[in-house]
Amino acid sequence: MTAAAERSAPAVEVVRARPGRIEQGRRKAAFWFLLPTVTALLLVAGWPLARTVWLGFTDARLGGTEEARFVGLTNFVYMLQDPAWWQAAKVTLLFAGASVALETVIGMVIALALNAHFRGRGLLRAAVLVPWAIPTVISAQMWGWMYHDLYGIINVVLQGLGIIDQNVAWLADPTTSLWAMVAVDVWKTTPFMALLILAALQTLPHEIYEAAKVDGVSPIRAFFQITLPLIRPALMVAIVFRALDALRMFDLAYVLAGGNPATATLSVYARQQLVDFQDVGFGSAASTLLVLLIGIITAILLTAGKVRLSADR
Amino acid sequence: MATSRQARRIAGRAGFYLLVLFIALYTLFPFYWAIVSSLREGQALFSTDLLPRDPTLANYVGVFAEQPFARNILNSVIVATSVVLLSLALSVTAAYALGRIDFRGRGFLLAVILAVSMFPQVAVLSGLFELVRLMGLYNNLASLVLSYLIFTLPFTVWVLTTFMRELPKELEEAAIVDGATPFVTLTKVFLPLMGPAMVTTGLLAFIAAWNEFLFALTFTLANEQRTVPVAIALITGASQYELPWGRVMAASVTVTVPLIVLVLVFQRRIVAGLTAGAVKG
Repeated sequence: MTAAAERSAPAVEVVRARPGRIEQGRRKAAFWFLLPTVTALLLVAGWPLARTVWLGFTDARLGGTEEARFVGLTNFVYMLQDPAWWQAAKVTLLFAGASVALETVIGMVIALALNAHFRGRGLLRAAVLVPWAIPTVISAQMWGWMYHDLYGIINVVLQGLGIIDQNVAWLADPTTSLWAMVAVDVWKTTPFMALLILAALQTLPHEIYEAAKVDGVSPIRAFFQITLPLIRPALMVAIVFRALDALRMFDLAYVLAGGNPATATLSVYARQQLVDFQDVGFGSAASTLLVLLIGIITAILLTAGKVRLSADR
Repeated sequence: MATSRQARRIAGRAGFYLLVLFIALYTLFPFYWAIVSSLREGQALFSTDLLPRDPTLANYVGVFAEQPFARNILNSVIVATSVVLLSLALSVTAAYALGRIDFRGRGFLLAVILAVSMFPQVAVLSGLFELVRLMGLYNNLASLVLSYLIFTLPFTVWVLTTFMRELPKELEEAAIVDGATPFVTLTKVFLPLMGPAMVTTGLLAFIAAWNEFLFALTFTLANEQRTVPVAIALITGASQYELPWGRVMAASVTVTVPLIVLVLVFQRRIVAGLTAGAVKG
C-alpha cells in the first residue's frame, strides 16, 4: 500500500526462475493455505451479502425471511420516493465530503508539524494517537457531554469568548447537528490521516529541499510544488480509505443524535428499516443501494485521483 | 539586518510551538474533560472549573454496581480475543500463500479481500442476521465472533501479506534447497520471524473488534450479553430523559485508559502496522 510494500516489490519474484515440480507443489500448497480463509470469508461476507441483495427484492419481514415473496423492484421504487432516504443520502454525502476534506487539511498540518525536528516531538505524536485509540461510541458520548445544551463546556467557552450570546442545542438544532457530528469525526480520525501522511513525508529525500533552499524557493512554494506532488499517491490512497469509511458511518450518528433525521446517515436509515420497522426487504434494498452508491463514488475517486490501488505488485 | 532575521526566526519558532501546543490541546482536551467530569457528582458535574474540586469515585463505583459493566468488559475481552486469535490463525497461511507464492488470480484475490474490508457493514446485516438465527446464535457472543471476522480477517490477511513480502527471499531458498515442504517452510522458517508483525496486527484487529458497535447492537439483546460500546451507548439513569453523564464518563474512562496505555506502549509498531495496512483500526 505504502512505502513498506513498495520497497518489498522484488521479494515477489521468489523462485519464479525455477518452475517445475517444486513450483507446482507450492501452488498446490497455496490452494490449501488459502482454503480456510476463503471459506470463512464466503461464509461471513459472501453469503450474507448475496442474501441481502436477494432479500432487497422481496417483502421479507424480520419474523421469518423464509416466507418472503419476490416483489421485483418495488422496494427500490418506494425508497426513491421516500424523502427520508434522500435526506439520509444528503447527510451521508455532506458528512463524508466535509469530514474527509477537513481531515486531509488538518491531518496535513499535524503531519508537517510532526515531521519537523523539535523537542517534544515524541510527546506530540503520542498526544495525537489518543483520539485514535478512543472507541467511536465513547468519543460520541464524550462530545455529547461537551455539546450539552445547558451544561456543556462548549457553550460555556463560546459564551465566555462572546462568540454566542445564548446556549445552543448543538445536537438538537437541525442547522448545527450535522456539523457537530462532522467535528467529532474530524477529531477522532484526523490522527489516522496525519500518520499516513507523515509516513509518506518521511520517505521524501532531504536533498530536494536543500536544493530548493539554495535556489531561494520559499517554504510555501516548496510545499505546493515539491511535497504535495510527491506524496500525492499516498495521500490519495488515504483519502479513498477515509471516504469509504465515512460513507458507511453508523455508530457516531446513532449514539450522538439517535435517529434524528438531520444526522441520520444511509447506514442508520437502512438499519432503522431493518430492525426498528422490521421490514427486512426494504432495509436490505436500502443496504444494497448504499453499496451501489459507495461503489460508484469509489470508482469516481479512483479515476479522478488516478489512484492505482494495485493490490498486487 | 541580522537582528531582524533573528527576530523573525524567533517569531517563527514561537509560532511553531504555539501550533504544537494548540494541536496537543485539541487532541487531549476532550478526554481530559471526560476524566474531570467522571470525578464529579451531583451539582458539581455542572461546574466548568478545569480542575475537579473534591474529586469523588462515586461514578466509578456506581457504574459497576448499577450495571453489569464488569460482565460487559469481560464480554468484550472474550469476543475480541477469540476473533483476533481465529483471524491470526486463519490468515497466517493465507498471507504466506499471497505474499510468497506466485499463482494465477493472486492479485484478484487480494483485491477482493481489500474490498471486503471496506464495504459497509450494514450491507451484510440482514444476511448475517438470518445466518446468526439459523445457527441459533442470536443473543450469543459467538454471533459476534462470527460476524467480526468480516473485518478482522481481511485486515490481518492484508497486513501479514505485506509483512511476509518484506522478509528476505534467501530464507526461503535455503529451505527449498533443503527440500522443506511449504508447510514446514512456513512454520519453521517464517513463523518464528513473524512474531512482532503478529503482535502489531493482532493489536490493531483487537482494537477494531473492541470498538465494533453495529453488529453488537443488533445481534445481542440482554444487558448481560452486551459488549462495552453497546453498554456505554445504552446506559440509562434514574430518569429516561436525562443521561447520567457522570456514570457515562466513568465507564468511558475505565475502558479507554487501558486502550490508550496499550497504544502508547506499542506506538511505533502501530504506526508501522497502520501504514502497511492503510486500513482503519
